[in-house]
Amino acid sequence: MQNRTIETGVGLFLLAGILALLLLALRVSGLSASAATDSYKLYANFDNIAGLTVRAKVSMAGVTIGRVTAIDLDRDTFTGRVTMEVQKKVDNLPIDSTASILTAGLLGEKYVGISVGGDDGLLKDGSTIHDTQSSLVLEDLIGKFLLNTVSKDAK
Amino acid sequence: MRKKSLMERIRLLGRSAIDIVAVFGRSGIFLVHALFGRGGISGGFQLLVKQLYSVGVMSLAIIVVSGMFIGMVLSLQGFSILANYGSEQAVGQMVALTLLRELGPVVTALLFAGRAGSALTAEIGNMKSTEQLSSLEMIGVDPLKYIIAPRLWAGFISLPLLAMIFSVVGIWGGSWVAIDWLGVYEGSFWANMQNSVSFSDDVINGVIKSVVFAFVVTWIAVFQGYDCEPTSEGISRATTKTVVYASLAVLGLDFILTALMFGDF
Amino acid sequence: MSADNAYAIELKGVSFKRGTRSIFENIDIRIPRGKVTGIMGPSGSGKTTLLRLMGAQLRPSAGQVWVNGQNLPELSRSDLFDARKHMGVLFQSGALFTDLDVFENVAFPLRVHTQLPEEMIRDIVLLKLQAVGLRGAFELMPDELSGGMKRRVALARAIALDPQILMYDEPFVGQDPIAMGVLVRLIKLLNDALGITSVVVSHDLDETASIADYLYVVGDGQVLGQGTPEELMGSDNPRIRQFMTGDPDGPVPFHYPAADYREDLLGKR
Repeated sequence: MQNRTIETGVGLFLLAGILALLLLALRVSGLSASAATDSYKLYANFDNIAGLTVRAKVSMAGVTIGRVTAIDLDRDTFTGRVTMEVQKKVDNLPIDSTASILTAGLLGEKYVGISVGGDDGLLKDGSTIHDTQSSLVLEDLIGKFLLNTVSKDAK
Repeated sequence: MRKKSLMERIRLLGRSAIDIVAVFGRSGIFLVHALFGRGGISGGFQLLVKQLYSVGVMSLAIIVVSGMFIGMVLSLQGFSILANYGSEQAVGQMVALTLLRELGPVVTALLFAGRAGSALTAEIGNMKSTEQLSSLEMIGVDPLKYIIAPRLWAGFISLPLLAMIFSVVGIWGGSWVAIDWLGVYEGSFWANMQNSVSFSDDVINGVIKSVVFAFVVTWIAVFQGYDCEPTSEGISRATTKTVVYASLAVLGLDFILTALMFGDF
Repeated sequence: MSADNAYAIELKGVSFKRGTRSIFENIDIRIPRGKVTGIMGPSGSGKTTLLRLMGAQLRPSAGQVWVNGQNLPELSRSDLFDARKHMGVLFQSGALFTDLDVFENVAFPLRVHTQLPEEMIRDIVLLKLQAVGLRGAFELMPDELSGGMKRRVALARAIALDPQILMYDEPFVGQDPIAMGVLVRLIKLLNDALGITSVVVSHDLDETASIADYLYVVGDGQVLGQGTPEELMGSDNPRIRQFMTGDPDGPVPFHYPAADYREDLLGKR
């Protein structure tokens, strides 16, 4: 009966739509099934966070271990305070680890890279990373370069 | 032709303004009555399924073909521009973001307005002019619930689904062009894309846009049919109005939504 | 609540405005039960509006519309729904639902108003189609039917619930003589066989007068005359005379209002 074709057609259509949504979620945006509770908070203060945005990656040795969840101005120290959610299973970060704001690729976006220190004490939920390296701003870089050249010539 | 005096022109202008406001009011009442009015119809689900077929499934062909072509063109164009900066590997994320945030919802809505929207207007206008709507009333069936409501819901459901299918097909088409034809490395194509496409910001926002567009386009299409003059010219004028108004509304709303979602407020 | 048995429909002091234009002012019409009543008048006199008022598709700005002892504008939604069971309407274009076949079209009112089992619905539908002579066409789609056939199917649909009142909106317009004859015969037959009240709105003088027991002539927002067809033929009201004889010039003038002819021709523009 004509009804059957219509119902099958609509059913397929709806399935296709849902499939599209799933594809978009998993393959295109790389949504993973990890729950939010599997993470703990870490803070870090930077002199300059220029270019870093919320939802940027937090990675160590190139492996993504978390996300930046908030960026605020610390009114007492006048530095940028970055809040990060790091996966719970990475719970052995030493207290003297370094957080740097790096660039992915030449025109890429900024992300936070964490490199290990050597201390025995470990970072816990709510700890602050003290050793930080700010984002590289192009103007500062050029300024440094010129300064170096000038001082070289001056020698 | 009689020459119109200035006073007359001003009066006509005022009359048009009032008419436009009246149309908005009428269409608002129309919408609320159709969606939320009392007196549901038995077998309403069957009607909805039938409309989903004629509105959604029948639009699949044009959506899929257009999506594929647009995705492929985006990939081609994007590649040549990005090559200037040595960033060909970013073509994946460019195609995906463009489609998910903008072209998916907008182009699908425009195509939908042209294909399904005009068909709805013509169908309802035809029912009006052959007095089918009056017959329904006389038999005791509310045409707003029997004819209009299923078509409204069908549009609200179909367009977001079509927009997602459009984006997926477009991304796939773009990937085919980029990877198989232009030689972008498959791994970095998808990896870059996954890294920069955020589900909640890009995919969901795109879906929200298409839901808003679905609402507006279907509402306009159905109202124009219902409100038209019951003559053949009336119907053809109404069909044109549907396509024009719906397209303008989509583009205007797109700007507002984009500013709200992706602007820096 | 007046339950006047002699009259199936009564319009008492009904006025109807469309926007600022008054279509009817304080009009009184009484449709006798069990008979065929014709409502006639020149084009644009609002005859179809009268039908819609009787069918509660439109609300009067003033006055009462009594149908079968109920004042329609005052009824609640569900009461109005029930009242519609007893009214059947045949629209000018037949108005069949284009996405349903003939069988489903006729079955439609049955499905809406009753919970009858499928076999009973099938029997009733075939009965009605037989009455209009189209039982063999039950599987066809509306676009496969000729104009006359469409109207007959629409008629079958209108009588599906055995209504007490049947209203016909311009049933004779654009029909060839055979189809016309069929319709005229059916209207009269149904009226007499089923004992229903028929209201025929038309401007087809000969056909309507041949089957009507009583006629109303309306124009200018009021009733110009009423009576049996013979009475109206012999009327000395000039408007009725013009309508009945088809005189091109009379109270309804031939010339559209214009400036003086001589001035126009001699180039005063």
